[in-house]
Amino acid sequence: MSGNVEHKSDDVNHDAKEASSADQTSMTTSGSGSYILLFFLLGLALSMVAGWVVFPKLLYTQKKQPLDFNHKLHLKEVDSDCASCHFFREDGTFSGVPALEQCLDCHYEKLGESVEETLFVEQYVDKGRQVPWLVYSRQPDCVFFSHSAHIYGANLECRTCHGDIGHSESLKPYEENRITGYSKNIWGSNIAGLKQATWDRMKMDDCAQCHETAGIHDSSVQTGRDACFVCHK
Amino acid sequence: MKQEHTQHRSKRYGMVIDLDKCTGCGACMVACFSENNVPFKKDETDKRLSITWMKVYRIDNGRDFPNNQVCYIPRPCQHCAGQHEGHSPCVSVCPATATDYSRETGIVSQIYTRCFGCRYCMGACPYHARYFNWWDPVWPEGMEKYLSPNVSPRMRGVVEKCSFCFHRYQLARDKAYANRRKDVKEADYQTACTQACPAGAITFGDLNNPGHAVHQIVKPNDHVVKNKAGISIIGKSQNPNVFRMLERLGTNTKVYYLSSREWVRKAGDNYIADEKPEDMFAEQKKH
Repeated sequence: MSGNVEHKSDDVNHDAKEASSADQTSMTTSGSGSYILLFFLLGLALSMVAGWVVFPKLLYTQKKQPLDFNHKLHLKEVDSDCASCHFFREDGTFSGVPALEQCLDCHYEKLGESVEETLFVEQYVDKGRQVPWLVYSRQPDCVFFSHSAHIYGANLECRTCHGDIGHSESLKPYEENRITGYSKNIWGSNIAGLKQATWDRMKMDDCAQCHETAGIHDSSVQTGRDACFVCHK
Repeated sequence: MKQEHTQHRSKRYGMVIDLDKCTGCGACMVACFSENNVPFKKDETDKRLSITWMKVYRIDNGRDFPNNQVCYIPRPCQHCAGQHEGHSPCVSVCPATATDYSRETGIVSQIYTRCFGCRYCMGACPYHARYFNWWDPVWPEGMEKYLSPNVSPRMRGVVEKCSFCFHRYQLARDKAYANRRKDVKEADYQTACTQACPAGAITFGDLNNPGHAVHQIVKPNDHVVKNKAGISIIGKSQNPNVFRMLERLGTNTKVYYLSSREWVRKAGDNYIADEKPEDMFAEQKKH
């Protein structure tokens, strides 16, 4: 209380001095505030970079395909599009990636002088070894994917899920999930959630979304949507 | 409209097992083991820990020689429909949506990757048809090569059970699509146990399809009948020799049994000594 009384008795100059010093304090406070804000924004930006750029690199490891296959070139040479090599068997099952025997129909001897062709003939054809392709669309054990249902039943194009791999001149690096061992995607690359094309991302949710849009699948008692046993085994 | 109806007509896959023909040889069990990659241990002496999707039980009539009679009862998952379709004991208790009932096929599914091993379903199942994996499967060396690629192997900590060889339905559907058919043919979808049975005791097919042998034997009632306790019995067989296990519970299973012996039929539904099968439906008869 006595302090207050002293304060009141102070002269005008003293008041002015105090005011200016108070001014200075508020100025330094706002200065450090902007530093804090800057520090926060910098931290945010850094964690964004870490989350979007560095972390995915930690999650996935890049592998090179054993051979750089040129789909575009092959598509020109064959008669019936994708089905020339990726065909259905009579019982409705899908052949998937061709075995060496099928390649031998044309490649029993070296065709052309390209590096990849030399590698293919020397390493695989001559030695009778299967090419250990890394299949982007390989599914886990518990998944049953019916090509028959999607091609014959729903009249989908290969492109809907596999993207433009058919017109590509070289194979993308295989991005393997370090934990699961499966490919990051089928042919697209956008796992961020911004899907421009159907093949940008092919996760279980994307399968489910399409099945829901198709609207005829509601056999599950538990979910009212597609039963698990449609795609799982 | 009519065409659309036939296209989306739901199926009810089921089975009828002729207990008069069953010799208890266990071929169905072996076929099931190898078809579905069912794991086994080096020491299988403790049967409580064995995993048997299909299990052959042995019962007798409790009489002394020479009146003693034996009956073998093969028991797969009974694929219960419950009081209303899909209200199977196991499906209704699963907290993980790991087991599900399909309105399209009537098959109770088990998704191993979703199951977290709480085993509520095992407690709910009145038929002991569900099994828990206490260990990761270990196959004798070289045997991995003989595993079926169409059935996913299970891991430690999940429940498994008979799926009516659902993977065979998936393959049959593939074939149907490739041949531009909507319907799966009876011969295209048969379970491994059905095909393995040397006595031809098992008949499998769509209970809703009058063209299928299983429908012709079972002759399921189109109308729902109520038993004395007010429980709905759906698909009750109109064949006097056909019964279902614990039918009075209203689990409305899709596995039927056929026997000309009354004591067998009674044993299948836990009859009290002086109870008659007619008693169960006494209320129904009054109306």
